Amino acid sequence: MDHQRIFDRELDALRDRVLLLGGETETALQRAMYALIERDTPTAQQVLKDDDQIDQLEVEIDRLCIDTIALRQPAARDLRFVISVVKITPILERIADHACNIARAAIDLNDEPQLKSFIELPRMAQQASNMLRAALDAFTQGDATAARAVIEKDDEIDDLYDRIFHELINLMVSDPMTTTRGARLLFVAKHLERIGDYVTDICELTVYMAEAAMIKHTN
Amino acid sequence: MSSPITMPKPPMPETSVREQTDVRERALPSPAKISVRGLNFFYGRTQALSNISLEISERVVMALIGPSGCGKSTFLRTLNRMNDTIPGTRAQGRVELDGQNIYEPNTDVVDLRRRVGMVFQKSNPFPKSIFDNVAYGLRINRLAASKAEMHERVEKALTDAALWPEVKDRLKSSALGLSGGQQQRLCIARALAVRPEVILMDEPASALDPIATQKIEELIVELKKDYTIVIVTHNMQQAARVSDRTAFFWLGKLVEVNSTEKIFTAPDQRLTEDYITGRFG
Repeated sequence: MDHQRIFDRELDALRDRVLLLGGETETALQRAMYALIERDTPTAQQVLKDDDQIDQLEVEIDRLCIDTIALRQPAARDLRFVISVVKITPILERIADHACNIARAAIDLNDEPQLKSFIELPRMAQQASNMLRAALDAFTQGDATAARAVIEKDDEIDDLYDRIFHELINLMVSDPMTTTRGARLLFVAKHLERIGDYVTDICELTVYMAEAAMIKHTN
Repeated sequence: MSSPITMPKPPMPETSVREQTDVRERALPSPAKISVRGLNFFYGRTQALSNISLEISERVVMALIGPSGCGKSTFLRTLNRMNDTIPGTRAQGRVELDGQNIYEPNTDVVDLRRRVGMVFQKSNPFPKSIFDNVAYGLRINRLAASKAEMHERVEKALTDAALWPEVKDRLKSSALGLSGGQQQRLCIARALAVRPEVILMDEPASALDPIATQKIEELIVELKKDYTIVIVTHNMQQAARVSDRTAFFWLGKLVEVNSTEKIFTAPDQRLTEDYITGRFG
């Protein structure tokens, strides 16, 4: 009864492509934050250069999903998997776009004197990166419990964002010379906060894939 | 000096919740037309159905799916006692049509089969004219009081079977000259002519090309406005397209019955999921 279908191999191949995209996205985010915090412009430029590959991977996965739906007409858990992939793929691509925006901010900021502190941005970046990795693991394992645990972590990202937001505003008010750099860092914090939301979306889709439960917008 | 730009207030919806839109018309909740309770069925000593309990509501399409030999066709044929024609068969339990057990000894089987009509896998028109095929059941059951009524009912049945425009000018021609798809719709018209309440269909489109299949499927969706339809199909996508509810049979047992959407997106039973995703069967 559990014979390996040709279709299973195709689904495995599709899953592998999503994981590759997830891995590339995770790398882009880590490199972008490294480029910002360590003031390493070549690394930021590498992130922008590699984004084309991520875009191509998204297109390739889209094609695979269309072929799968057209040729295999998946049902039940196969259908839920393919639908989840269709929705997760553009989310990963958008996370990579946020990484690119952080890399661009790094390139601009690296030409100017460093603000005395990045406050808690490295911690927030680490948190976002950990969430993304855990979300991809949960997706790979089809583990709804793990996905729900990741969703819980988003509150921490939101708290960090609020703290960083207020600290940067205070910094800019007390020293107007920091305004341009402070504003750029505000955007970086916002990108990280959005990444937390996107990771939450991925986890909600993982719960749907595993349990057929739609938890989006149910608080 | 230019005047300041003002934003017009956008129209606000009267209610904040938008009406839900469904891609297909939902079958409204309706009373049970057929109630099967604890049905066992035997071919001689071989038990083909075990303890089947199932309700089929009025004016819905119920699809029966499952691998070959799982008992779905046997079950279909218990609903109008077609299995009675096979020697050595035996049914236990109840099959109620409008609350009446059709396996009561005093059941008028001819009338039962008028009320519960059947369309088979292979179209089986009589070697007669198109008109006479449809009129056949009306004649033997003496259901038309006059020639005019006979014509009226034949036309109505052919219209309901979506065949009238194609055959209205050749009613006296042999039914055997029709295409496979037309012959199958003729058989549906023949079933409809006697005004049944339930129509049983045993793989009605399995021998047809995709266009003829689509016509049959569209016809099924139309017919459910007036009839209760039970269809056996091996074509999973066909079950998904035409039915409101789906029952999955395996080894003579009813594994799961659920709304068709549920069966095809998130069935309750692992066995059902393995079957509809092609992992066995």
